[in-house]
Amino acid sequence: MNGMTRIVTWMPQLFKGAQTTIIITILSVAIGLFLSLFLALGKMSKHAVLNRLCSGYVFFFRGTPLLMQIYFIYFGLPQFHPALTIRSAFLAAMIAYTLNTAAYLAENIRAGIQSIDKGQFEAARTIGMTGAQTMRYVIIPQTVRRLIPPVGNEFIMVLKDVSLVAIIGLADLTKVTRAISSSSATALVYIPAMIIYLVITALFQLVFNKLEKKYSVYE
Amino acid sequence: MSIIRTEDICKNFGDLQVLKNVNLTVNQGEVVVIIGPSGAGKSTLLRSLNTLETITSGKIFMEDKLFQRVERGEIREEMKKEEKKAALLEMGMVFQRFHLFPNMTVKQNVLAGPLYVQKIPKEEAEQRALSLLDKVGLLEKADAYPSHLSGGQQQRVAIARALAMQPKIMLFDEPTSALDPELVGEVLSVMKDLASQGMTMLCVTHEMGFAREVADRVVFMADGQILEEGTPEEIFQNPQTAKAKQFLASVL
Ligand SMILES: Nc1ncnc2c1ncn2[C@@H]1O[C@H](COP(=O)(O)OP(=O)(O)OP(=O)(O)O)[C@@H](O)[C@H]1O
Ligand SMILES: [Mg+2]
Repeated sequence: MNGMTRIVTWMPQLFKGAQTTIIITILSVAIGLFLSLFLALGKMSKHAVLNRLCSGYVFFFRGTPLLMQIYFIYFGLPQFHPALTIRSAFLAAMIAYTLNTAAYLAENIRAGIQSIDKGQFEAARTIGMTGAQTMRYVIIPQTVRRLIPPVGNEFIMVLKDVSLVAIIGLADLTKVTRAISSSSATALVYIPAMIIYLVITALFQLVFNKLEKKYSVYE
Repeated sequence: MSIIRTEDICKNFGDLQVLKNVNLTVNQGEVVVIIGPSGAGKSTLLRSLNTLETITSGKIFMEDKLFQRVERGEIREEMKKEEKKAALLEMGMVFQRFHLFPNMTVKQNVLAGPLYVQKIPKEEAEQRALSLLDKVGLLEKADAYPSHLSGGQQQRVAIARALAMQPKIMLFDEPTSALDPELVGEVLSVMKDLASQGMTMLCVTHEMGFAREVADRVVFMADGQILEEGTPEEIFQNPQTAKAKQFLASVL
């Protein structure tokens, strides 16, 4: 077989791996984003306990290696208590990536909210808005626009970090690529695999550039 | 009836005493203009009235009812929560730098308060917003975003936004100071209209012409104190204190 035909025969497997990679990336960043909003608000809250809890969370997940977090969630937790066993490697991966990405995104959200002029909060207050209304109608919409670039970045970072899931036995794009490479005794498969990564990254960039344009109408 | 009255209010920022026993009354229908040098505490006074700053001590009355009594930085007495909220809504505030919500169109800026805070029906809120925009001469900009307006137009929208809550008094903190000179007039003329329609107003401004023409009373502040108070003629023609004389000489 020549190179091209070999690549074509690998494609179904590569796509399957890419699918796992994409699903973990999108789901964990999306759920992480939701979680991070509460973490950011908690970190900015005047409530001392809530504040420490959220700050501690962010410190922990940003201060320890992602690889270790994955190991710990999948292999470590069951040893503390059997009820903490997560049988599905996919679910364990999802939890690890979601919790980790939430910590990074929370810092971005906090920076985004804090970069908004104090006058916006004051103006909202003088027309009687509550804190929650101010967040919902004034601050978060303005923060969203500023968050689009860092969230786009986070997608691209996670996309590549997902290659770590091989260690708990999941077949993502990197893992599939390595398996093909060793069974076929050639490094050729790395070329289409890397192209797939680049195409996914380019697609993410395209979507986020579009979003940024859309949310910039008022600037 | 007084709309706002303060009794010996003081405000400290750390060791710096910015307001020193300020007694100010604004009666219904009155236009009171506060003048004074930079750092006198004019903004702090206005911000204390609508609790953007908490006073260190003193009493604030709204429509002759005790709004808040503070001693040594602690609130000792206060209106009930609902009453306090209602009292705060009686005050409209216009800032030097407008602070319009950039994520909302002009119309949305004006109807946000009525819709989300007063919770009136959407159509009614829109009607109110449009009629206020008409009043400040910006009906045709209703669907524009603030960033596409001049400073003078933005400030007129900010006035409409404050009016939309149907306040009993409007507080203005140097509403024209951030504007290019050619845009000052349009904002002052909206303010003059308001005054002539009987709105109670408390304005900090450096526009002495406006003060002369519109004010019922001029208050001169320096170093955190009210040093003089009187009709525009009294203050401008016959200032008593050296500080007022010096200040007026520098601005007139
Ligand atoms: N949040 C704050 N923290 C510390 N000091 C403050 C704060 N706000 C105001 N000050 C100080 O209080 C004093 C009075 O300020 P204020 O803004 O009330 O003066 P002003 O009369 O409005 O002056 P201007 O004409 O420049 O607006 C100033 O010395 C100012 O530096
Ligand atoms: Mg000021």
